Amino acid sequence: MTDTHFPSSIEALRLLREDPNRVGHRGHVLSSPIPGTGHGRTGPANKRIVVGYGFWIFLLSDIVMFSCFFATYAVLQGGTAGGPDIRQIVELPRVEWETACLLASSFTCGLSFAATNARNVLWTQVFLVITGLLGLAFVLLEAQEFAGLVSQGITPQRSGFLTAFFSLVGCHGLHVTAGLLWLGTMLAQVQVKGFRREIIHRLICFNLFWHALDIIWVGIFTIVYLLGYVA
Amino acid sequence: MFGKLSLSAIPLDQPIPLITSLVLILTIAGVLTFVTFKGWWPYLWREWITTVDHKRIGIMYCLLGVVMLIRGFADAIMMRTQQAVAVNAPGYLTPEHYDQIFSAHGTIMIFFAAMPLVIGFMNFVTPLQLGVRDVAFPTLNSVSFWLTASGALLVNVSLFVGEFARTGWLPYPPLSEMTYSPGVGVDYYLWAVQISGIGTMMTGINFVTTVLKMRCTGMSYLRMPMFCWTTLSSSLIIVAVFPILTASLAMLTLDRYLGFHFFTNAAGGNPMMFWNLIWAWGHPEVYILVLPAFGIFSEIFSTFSGKPLFGYRSMVAATLFICVVSMMTWLHHFFTMGSGPAVNTAFGISTSIIAVGTGVKIYNWIFTMYGGRVRFDTPMLWSMGFIFTFVIGGMTGVLLAVPPADFLTHNSMFLVAHFHNVIVGGVVFALFAGLEYWFPKAFGFRLNQAWGKAAFWFAFIGFWVTFAPLYMVGMLGMTRRLQHLDVEPWRPYMLVALLGIGILIIGAACQVIELVVSIVQRDKLRDLTGDLWDGRSLEWATPSPPPFFNFAVTPNVEGAEAYWGIKQRAIESQQMGPEPHYEPLEMPVNSAVGFFTAFFATVFGFAMIWHIWWMAAIALVGAYAAFVVLAWRDKQEFEVPAEVIAQVDRARRAARETVLGRLEHEGAVAS
Repeated sequence: MTDTHFPSSIEALRLLREDPNRVGHRGHVLSSPIPGTGHGRTGPANKRIVVGYGFWIFLLSDIVMFSCFFATYAVLQGGTAGGPDIRQIVELPRVEWETACLLASSFTCGLSFAATNARNVLWTQVFLVITGLLGLAFVLLEAQEFAGLVSQGITPQRSGFLTAFFSLVGCHGLHVTAGLLWLGTMLAQVQVKGFRREIIHRLICFNLFWHALDIIWVGIFTIVYLLGYVA
Repeated sequence: MFGKLSLSAIPLDQPIPLITSLVLILTIAGVLTFVTFKGWWPYLWREWITTVDHKRIGIMYCLLGVVMLIRGFADAIMMRTQQAVAVNAPGYLTPEHYDQIFSAHGTIMIFFAAMPLVIGFMNFVTPLQLGVRDVAFPTLNSVSFWLTASGALLVNVSLFVGEFARTGWLPYPPLSEMTYSPGVGVDYYLWAVQISGIGTMMTGINFVTTVLKMRCTGMSYLRMPMFCWTTLSSSLIIVAVFPILTASLAMLTLDRYLGFHFFTNAAGGNPMMFWNLIWAWGHPEVYILVLPAFGIFSEIFSTFSGKPLFGYRSMVAATLFICVVSMMTWLHHFFTMGSGPAVNTAFGISTSIIAVGTGVKIYNWIFTMYGGRVRFDTPMLWSMGFIFTFVIGGMTGVLLAVPPADFLTHNSMFLVAHFHNVIVGGVVFALFAGLEYWFPKAFGFRLNQAWGKAAFWFAFIGFWVTFAPLYMVGMLGMTRRLQHLDVEPWRPYMLVALLGIGILIIGAACQVIELVVSIVQRDKLRDLTGDLWDGRSLEWATPSPPPFFNFAVTPNVEGAEAYWGIKQRAIESQQMGPEPHYEPLEMPVNSAVGFFTAFFATVFGFAMIWHIWWMAAIALVGAYAAFVVLAWRDKQEFEVPAEVIAQVDRARRAARETVLGRLEHEGAVAS
């Protein structure tokens, strides 16, 4: 297969394209499917693809669950029962800080995986810790927001709208909190066990999870806060 | 200290649940004592409780499903007898108790009988048919099973401690809200279904990944047996809709526990949103059940007609069509909500259209039999009974899909008869057919045919004697879920239905006898070749029961109907392929994480139901700890030495060669 006539940059591209671990980014109609990807007649995929693929499917199902909360929010938005509506809740500077923290944490999470790819324990850990701190800042900012609202009597028990608001935003917050727990566990595992195969697979899944939470937050930021702000 | 839990939760004043639960507790205690006395615990722990083998997990799912099927059937017997005696009379069940029985019947039959059996078959059969050694995530598979078992356990605990929901199998608000259902019944429902639902969702993820990424060499999509296609479709629906169930139950839980206003009448809540959400899960759910059932029938029609499945590609297309359209019909469950003619028409049309996909399948099965050499073994009887029953159930369904007609039959006994017609005639018949068909593969001996055929005929006739009168009485205006009847002319129908359930009881007894007789006669009924039915897919290439690694050498598929091709080549050349080179292989190690997670989930669910907050907190920490301990282990796989594999496979080859020799001998006699 190896064709040494090509310059090394082309060769690197070819290797990348034929990398069986590279999910997606490839035409679906292949003249010769690549072994280890689980495509066509090539036999079972390798473990890394199976784990990543399965986790993607989980993320899709998680997003379906969030879509239920989004739909509920859309249905109950008008059900304020004479209580506060979204305009009394949006506190844009805080939400901007939250968004900044979360998006930055996604970036550092990506950097940690770059370090993982280079098999560098120290930098993987450093960037994971930064990711965790940014995530923690996000959760604390959200908790503070909720506490402030509750102290003004704006509770989910007040109206259908507030129920939907607290549940949608809180469900995302719970996911981030669970992600932090996972992150802490991963820090310990990387430190004790190093880059074993299954640890790397878990880091892949954690990265996917963390980025998916970002995508959902972008939805919440836009639909709940920005549209609420201009409402 | 113990929240709402006190001694008054035990129904000392109600003899029926008390005696039932005492009998149940004594039976369980007896079994546990027997197992302890025999010293079987180490074996059970090693080979079953902590197993990650998809075949063992599949068998445990089926066992759970069968036990819960009997429990749900007992509820059905009580409902039929109550309605037969309670015409212008109170009957023997109080309204509170009767409401719990119909709620428990639906919940148990769908979540804890049909689902475990369907998932059990998916587990046992799919990896074998795909020619691989296990599912994509074996340990997760074990967690899924134990979470389902945990939910089933909680439902059964409600019999003895407290009460079950009185709100029907889908707890519609506002009735299910704290204001109108202050007891723990709805909470038992919520936590039991939530816990088992999470298990089911993980199963869905597992099987989507398995079918799409774990097929043996040469097994392209259009070479997969039909059952694998239906497993894939069913799992895709699970992944798409079980999160909706999780979300809607979580919302109702928040309403009940924290006073939220998702579905309340007051304060801007919207009860009809629950109906929409729960049926956006609930309608696809019936296709989650029935698609694998269609897969089972496809395998059986093809095998027992000695022909490839007619119209394989159209069957695949119809399956995927149903998979997608199943998610677009949910509103037909409440045409009477009043969403207007446009919405009702759209859902009426989509509901009628989905019958087209099923129609394609029915014709394909009939044409599979046409021109074939049909063998009328027990699985085939169930399958032919299915076609007759299911076509009628499907037609009454199309009738219900027409909104103006639905307004007259909504929530009537006609509806009850319709969905039993499709679920019993479609799913339950398939499960019995599948049990007959794959039992020899799982245990190495076949089931007694005479008792099996008797069971079929009693069940088939009993089904129609029970449900035909319910169709009629529904047309006369009888609504569902009536604890007593005030209309004298309905009495004869109830008595005929009672006769029907009597015939069904005989059918169920035949099946129990069939199992016992078969176990007693197992040496006579032994399947020595592993290919008892002259099968066409790869599970029949393995010995019965298959070794834990399934295939000594992973198969290389060279065409549709993988095993049929291999078999024909062997018969033509009068010899098997050369002995392969055996290599050691890696198999996943056992794991107790599923058992422990489910244990903590059960404790958590029970603590939440009774508001014992400290216990719930401890259980959550325990579940997390169980996961970390699992993640911490160093050894994920163990090596099976080549000699072990060679030994198992040489025995298999010897058995097959004997069959080949016999064929040769018979051929010589014929010529």
